[in-house]
Amino acid sequence: MPSIGRDDVARLADLARIQLTEEEIDRFAGEFDSIMDAVASVSEVASEDVPATSHPIALTNVFREDVVETTLTQEQALAGAPEAQDGRFAVPQILGEE
Amino acid sequence: MTATDIDLVDYDEAIARFDPVLGIEVHVELGTATKMFDGAPNIFAAEPNTAITPTSLGLPGSLPVVNGAAVEYAIRIGLALNCSIAETCRFARKQYFYPDLTKNFQTSQYDEPIAYEGWVDVELEDGEIIRVEIERAHMEEDAGKNTHVGGATGRIHGATHSQVDYNRAGVPLVEIVTKPIPNTKGRAPEVAAAYVRTLRDIFRTLEVSEAKMERGNVRADINVSLRENAQAELGTRTETKNVNSFRSIERTVRFEISRQAGMLDAGQKIIQETRHFHEDTGGTSSGRPKSDAEDYRYFPEPDLVPVAPSREWVEEIRAGLPELPAARRRRLLGEWGFSDLEMRDVVNADALDLIEATVAAGAGAQSARKWWMGELARIAKDREVDIAALAITPAQVAELQGLVDGSKINDKIAKQVLTKVLDGKGDPAAIVESEGLAVVSDDSVLTGAVDQAIADNPDVVAKIQGGKVQAIGALIGPIMKATRGQADAGRVREIIMEKLGVS
Repeated sequence: MPSIGRDDVARLADLARIQLTEEEIDRFAGEFDSIMDAVASVSEVASEDVPATSHPIALTNVFREDVVETTLTQEQALAGAPEAQDGRFAVPQILGEE
Repeated sequence: MTATDIDLVDYDEAIARFDPVLGIEVHVELGTATKMFDGAPNIFAAEPNTAITPTSLGLPGSLPVVNGAAVEYAIRIGLALNCSIAETCRFARKQYFYPDLTKNFQTSQYDEPIAYEGWVDVELEDGEIIRVEIERAHMEEDAGKNTHVGGATGRIHGATHSQVDYNRAGVPLVEIVTKPIPNTKGRAPEVAAAYVRTLRDIFRTLEVSEAKMERGNVRADINVSLRENAQAELGTRTETKNVNSFRSIERTVRFEISRQAGMLDAGQKIIQETRHFHEDTGGTSSGRPKSDAEDYRYFPEPDLVPVAPSREWVEEIRAGLPELPAARRRRLLGEWGFSDLEMRDVVNADALDLIEATVAAGAGAQSARKWWMGELARIAKDREVDIAALAITPAQVAELQGLVDGSKINDKIAKQVLTKVLDGKGDPAAIVESEGLAVVSDDSVLTGAVDQAIADNPDVVAKIQGGKVQAIGALIGPIMKATRGQADAGRVREIIMEKLGVS
């Protein structure tokens, strides 16, 4: 099991848009290893013949008919928006990507 | 690194020294009635934020349910591209932060696409066929639309803030990813455009999408890399995002080949990144460093159960597939007797459907082709519209040709009638009738005109009687003029010959 170092924690925090202090990075780097160890104990009981599970209920092909349902009005859609403009959600400046 | 930092290498020179490899990702918006995971209508250009449900907005408590029709469309696409259809596959969350999706992830497929390992044959202008290998086709949802405010011409740079419309969020998409496309050499730009055109035509034939490039129904991401020769390892690629016309696709590939050759010549490394194509300059500029797949932290979507299309269902869909464009072109080529070149011109002009419908309405194939590829193509070009958008139906073209075939009108008058149809004056036969444009073959009318012409042109008459029969044309001209072009030229000729006693 690879160890989670400071760099990994900083990178994950960046990807998840979570701002961490240097102290927090140190602390989480230590804690991650014990979390990883705990998760790794699962592999002690899960042998080759136990299939990986991505869903607790063994169902497939739950489909919806292609029929239009009730929609929100623009007012309803924007009711919870911190800011709206021209019928659209107003969001802060987007930087770094196009 | 921007385009201005390096010297572009002349395209032909770049091709002489480097081997380009393409990779193309095509997104197609499916034409289902509703979205991928909720019952909001899948429509274009409604008022902002009206074609949405709580699920489109990812509101707390809302849950996605897969649109069965979208799955069927995806299988249709997979089968048409000669792919295997997964016995079971899952959706996955692709995590990224961008305001065009509210959930901070896109519901997509990752390690288990619905279709994989296929191929499609792409026909180039000169008839050469390139087989493009398909790696996978997977289902996902489209994102909302950002409008950037405060910057120059709606661009993100310099914008003070952005506005988001989620009408498009959740619209079903199928993304089709090729394997690296090698050995295209100097034809790489043409191959890229022809591949996307081939897919577009297939989508339309399958009726899974209107597939309008200009509306963004079909969007292509173009990967280009260079290597020293065809045996070398693949070079580092760049991915130019959302290139939305065939011409832009060609220009993107040309530019990237010249740019990357320039960087390699200067001893620089190609950076794996996304780039943006600029219509105005024909160049591309750097976007962001390409995220590694692990940056997206994909994991199976816990709110959806797997899709496991039964083999019976897949075979039923396969049996119901329409005749695909390449097969149809081959069949029509045989039926119509066009040359390969004529057929390619027809296909490239998007006139195949129109000609087929005109033939179905009773016209001969060559006559139908001449109208659509000749006079109508010219008018469409003058008016800067697609020929399909002209105000004339295939049935009207067939009717017009029927009048010519039945000697009711001649070719010259037919062109006038065509213009009148386009101007909304009615159907061809009705126009000929109401405007008295039918060929005049009534001898009493023609004889008067012939007598007049003979009287007016004694020198011509002398020549004809002296044995120069070809001079007869000099008499027919004034007669056609006197009858506004409507005289039956054959009958006029006979009458002149009788009158002058020649044969």
